[in-house]
Amino acid sequence: MLLEVQDLNVYYGAIHALQGISFSINQGEIVTLIGANGAGKSTTLNTISGILRPRSGKVIFKDRDITLTPAEEIVRLGICQSPEGRKIFATLTVMENLEMGAFTQTDKNEINRSLERVFRSFPRLKERQNQLGGTLSGGEQQMLAIGRALMSHPQLLLLDEPSMGLSPILVEEIFNIIQEINAQGTSILLVEQNAQMALSVAHRGYVLETGRIVLSGDSTDLMNNPQVAKAYLGAH
Amino acid sequence: MENERLTFIDRMIKGKWIGKLLLTVIVLFAVWGVGNKAIHNPQLFIQQIINGLQLGFVYALIALGYTMVYGIVRLINFAHGDVFMVGAMVSYFAVGSFHLHQWPAAAFPGLPNFISLLIGTISVILLSMAICAILAVTIERIAYKPLRNAPRISALITAIGVSFFLEYFGALPFVFTPNFITYKRPYEIVTWYIKDGIHRLEAGKAPPQGGILFSNNLIIIILVTVLLLLSLTYIVQKTKIGKAMRASAYDKPTSRLMGINVDGIISITFALGAALAGAAGVLYATAYPQVFFWMGIIPGLKAFIAAVLGGIGSIPGAFVGALIMGQAEVLAAGYISTPMRDAIAFSILILVLLVRPTGIYGEPEREKA
Repeated sequence: MLLEVQDLNVYYGAIHALQGISFSINQGEIVTLIGANGAGKSTTLNTISGILRPRSGKVIFKDRDITLTPAEEIVRLGICQSPEGRKIFATLTVMENLEMGAFTQTDKNEINRSLERVFRSFPRLKERQNQLGGTLSGGEQQMLAIGRALMSHPQLLLLDEPSMGLSPILVEEIFNIIQEINAQGTSILLVEQNAQMALSVAHRGYVLETGRIVLSGDSTDLMNNPQVAKAYLGAH
Repeated sequence: MENERLTFIDRMIKGKWIGKLLLTVIVLFAVWGVGNKAIHNPQLFIQQIINGLQLGFVYALIALGYTMVYGIVRLINFAHGDVFMVGAMVSYFAVGSFHLHQWPAAAFPGLPNFISLLIGTISVILLSMAICAILAVTIERIAYKPLRNAPRISALITAIGVSFFLEYFGALPFVFTPNFITYKRPYEIVTWYIKDGIHRLEAGKAPPQGGILFSNNLIIIILVTVLLLLSLTYIVQKTKIGKAMRASAYDKPTSRLMGINVDGIISITFALGAALAGAAGVLYATAYPQVFFWMGIIPGLKAFIAAVLGGIGSIPGAFVGALIMGQAEVLAAGYISTPMRDAIAFSILILVLLVRPTGIYGEPEREKA
């Protein structure tokens, strides 16, 4: 087990955002969390990343309790997030954005290897490396956000809504790359509102509803589940 | 609010007409006045510009600290001027009591006088910078960090409190005393004048009519400031820490997601800004050789105005704003009357806030999602 989340309870003030969530990710898997807006998907990711603190529950990564580990230490341990809304550093160049992704890395050769790998996945970023992050198109920014997260050489990549605001063709491209990244050995926790796309690439999935996991299983099972089909895949 | 309902006066206020009108009138008046005087007595005018340059460069060093700290934590660090005071005081004690500037001469007696004094002076400046940096990081950890998520006004009031603390702690008899202290420079002032070539002004002699004076102090101030500015630009633009500073200034939560230790970066920012203020303290004291516990207030406020004028948060803005402030002040003092320098400085602040609150280089505040 690469990551295990046990009975996580997170509050925003008086609001009980995550109400006892438990799930796990195995080495090499793509696991997706699907759910509507406000279900608690981003809250889950930010709690794993150490930006939010749970009131109770545990996050265990590679047999180590990281529930109270500082965010920067979590990146060093091998979990990196590409946040919702991409959150590119608009005032930094593409190259500098990527360097910030590698902030925790100290080995120059390792950084260069990561950079080559990112440029191989996203040749567009190489062309634009000296442009300011804020001048990129939405799709390019999404590529940069994923590339930036990959620069820390994570074992577990957290992707928050990579399809948000992108055209169907771009979504297709991004999801192909996500599968490629996974094939190279990086486990992925994918949070999506686009359940169709997410389930088509993931091995397993969990369905979140108002802070609770209501369904879980293999992607194919979830896709064929009439409840999921009705609520998230637009079937009638 | 519907547009048609606006009265004429409302529209004037909304369009910032009053401010723009005032600004135009003042600028025209100033250009006419200064231009007139400059034509009548070009030597005096050039002399004023040189004096303004000296002041402007010192302001630039202080203004950078305001602007960098504001850029990353959105706090006007009103204690910054007092850090500058501490920088001047440290150098006063280093030179006056401990003769730090003489260590190269003592350690390497064979060294030429000029070189050993240069190394000694640099040591004094470096010591002031280091102590100011440590002081600022301590202040940040004790006073500002616990308020990181508090409303901004709380941190601002705390900064004013820290400022008072530094001043009145400094005024204690066993610290800096509440007296004006004559500052001892690490080196002798040498003055030259330009009139039919460059001549050295003999000590005790009056400068000749129509000569333009400049001193080794001016050269040192400009050299040190330029050197520090170039180093700062290099750090902010090229190093990993500098890039992390810019990333953190733009978006702290995402910076943390990238594994950047944002608190550490904030401390480094405070340290860098304070080190520049420390150097400014030494240079200011060598130019205006009197130190006292309140000396940081007015230069601190002027540098703050310079940072606002240039666009707070912008590093080139702080530099340009400071140069403009230096000139405006010296020209006002020289051509109108000495007390007018402060009036002009604060008028600039009011006008900037009326007409363009974001300053020369500033961009409107971004809405963060």
